[in-house]
Amino acid sequence: MTPALQGLLTIAIGVSGCVGYFYLSNQFLDTVLFPPRGPNAGRNINRANMIRPWLFLFPALAALGLYLAYPVVETLRLSLTERVPGGGYKWVGLDNYSQMVAEPKFWEAMRNNMFWLIVVPAMSTGFGLLVAQLTDRIRWGNFAKSLIFMPMAISFVGASVIWKLVYDARPAEQDQIGILNALYIFFGGAEPQTWLTVPFWNSFFLMIVLVWIQTGFAMVILSAALRGIPEETIEAAILDGANPFQIFFKIKVPQIKTTILVVWTTITITVLKVFDIVFAMTNGQWETQVLANYMYDKLFRANDWGVGSASAMVIMLLVAPILVWNVRNARKEME
Amino acid sequence: MSDIAGTKPALRWVVHLSVIFLVVLWVIPTLGLLVSSFRTADQISSSGWWRSLFPSEQNLTLRSAEPETQVLENGVYVIEGALFSADEQATISRWGISSRDVDAFEPGETTELRRGGTITVDAVGNYRMENTEEFTGNRGARIFVTAELPPEFTLGNYQKVLLDQSSTDSMAKAFFNTLTVTIPATIIPILVAAFAAYALAWMDFPGRALLIAAVVGLLVVPLQLALIPLLKFHLNIGIGKGYLGVWLAHTGFGMPLAIYLLRNYMAGLPRDLIENARVDGATEFQIFTKLILPLSFPALASFAIFQFLWTWNDLLVAKVFLIDATGQTTVMTNRIVELLGTRGGNWEILATAAFVSIFVPLVVFFAMQKYLVRGLLAGSVK
Repeated sequence: MTPALQGLLTIAIGVSGCVGYFYLSNQFLDTVLFPPRGPNAGRNINRANMIRPWLFLFPALAALGLYLAYPVVETLRLSLTERVPGGGYKWVGLDNYSQMVAEPKFWEAMRNNMFWLIVVPAMSTGFGLLVAQLTDRIRWGNFAKSLIFMPMAISFVGASVIWKLVYDARPAEQDQIGILNALYIFFGGAEPQTWLTVPFWNSFFLMIVLVWIQTGFAMVILSAALRGIPEETIEAAILDGANPFQIFFKIKVPQIKTTILVVWTTITITVLKVFDIVFAMTNGQWETQVLANYMYDKLFRANDWGVGSASAMVIMLLVAPILVWNVRNARKEME
Repeated sequence: MSDIAGTKPALRWVVHLSVIFLVVLWVIPTLGLLVSSFRTADQISSSGWWRSLFPSEQNLTLRSAEPETQVLENGVYVIEGALFSADEQATISRWGISSRDVDAFEPGETTELRRGGTITVDAVGNYRMENTEEFTGNRGARIFVTAELPPEFTLGNYQKVLLDQSSTDSMAKAFFNTLTVTIPATIIPILVAAFAAYALAWMDFPGRALLIAAVVGLLVVPLQLALIPLLKFHLNIGIGKGYLGVWLAHTGFGMPLAIYLLRNYMAGLPRDLIENARVDGATEFQIFTKLILPLSFPALASFAIFQFLWTWNDLLVAKVFLIDATGQTTVMTNRIVELLGTRGGNWEILATAAFVSIFVPLVVFFAMQKYLVRGLLAGSVK
């Protein structure tokens, strides 16, 4: 069977399966299990209403549990065990972790990740706020925003190719085809640089790719937040003689503080998961390793599930504070 | 009136110029790849893509027609022809017949050929060779020209990447594979999540708040954690690596965002509407299918776009759950990474392959931007 046909069949089975499940289970509940008539009609209606939510929730909860909750526990278990050749596992305690922290590559990934965590959210949010503010009152603002937002639709891999061309380097005697080197030479640079192989700085050239993608996201959200600021506060500031910069930094920014924080944390999570860019552009060579790629290396190249899972747990640990913060915010809102 | 833009004319110019600068900065990288995908390998490696937008001066080595095309005119042997085809519109500034002196003559000048006779080349590339004796040999004379050529683009790369089945660089199969992954992986989670979102938004039951909190928590769990446990699970239950596995994985990974977005939207629907329907005796199932689903269309569209972009652009999930050793089920993102490894310098292939994969999301993006923005706002702004 061709994959296309299999795909269509899956859609048909998936959709009709879902609809069938929901319809039939509801019918069963209402007509067979607790019919709302007869001597116990009232009791039956109540009982049916207690069970129904779970019928609606069941497939989604099963998917969530199996594909997200269970793996967290299983990864934790794997990180504390080691595969025994020939099958089975043996409990090794924290051995995987100590093996991991003894590796220089791990610390290189940690160090780079820290830079990523500072630079990317800061620059994306900063640029996003700048663009949101600048385009707020100009007539072609929406057009400009839509172009800056565009990289959001481009895959990390596509973006990697785009930026590899920007960073491309040719020998000095040839015409440069990478625009960065062309500009570098034009402004008096002596030798064309292979930007992605210069340790330390090359990580920043990779970060630029993610900043380029994420700025649009920050801009869209911050722009909506800026529009939501009550006019009166700004008018009052103008009457008091505030200049545009004071209005921006002292009136507007404080009012959208929470939104900035939300944008910042959302980008932080994206950064922790970033894998494709490093994988496609340098594959962790020249000291550009990051945690997600380190983990992929361990899991699928070295086939070391123990250390791989341990590094996955490190990512989870870094995400955990944001997770807790999000959950607390959500609960506060619902009260 | 109240803004940085609009207070003073000078400041307004600064604002406009800064926005133009930022937009150019953001568009240039993509434009570079797009332009490159329409150039031949030679063009890409000989000059930067930004030059291809303008006429460029090039040094070319061309050849006149072969001696056997000569004709006898009034006792003089003549070979005539054009160095450029009619649609090339080149302008020659200098020319020469020796590789050591390629720009010896101006257009219109006449010089003696080494093997006898004379040659004249004019500015648009028409040449005329005359000789009192017969021209000999079987190849034409070499002519070196310095010419300004108009921008030239080709669709050849796209033909090679998309239509040429035998080519090792073909993306056609990967394109269909990506499509096969994406469509079921977008549709199925929507349906499953919509029911759950309705229950979380409008049904009262113990543990509801806890479940919502759990969904918010799972929203940020890195899917990296799921790779090995789920691959093991898929291998154990016999799915192995394949489409079914990747559809299930995408359904699971997309679920928290789907439930979250849809619940937020549904919770905002007017309470009266749902209670009136309940009073009128509609069952929950009817309320959901006849009332909630149609009203939630904007939120469904938002999530569908997110999920579509995410599954189309995904590399990691496909690599782990789909692509096996045979490589028959490779997706476009994976093909491009492979090309980056094996064809690192062949920008014409890389650029075209990348653009083939970028094109569909871009169309979706520009067509449905409204819903995407709405979804983003629902997902993060409180």
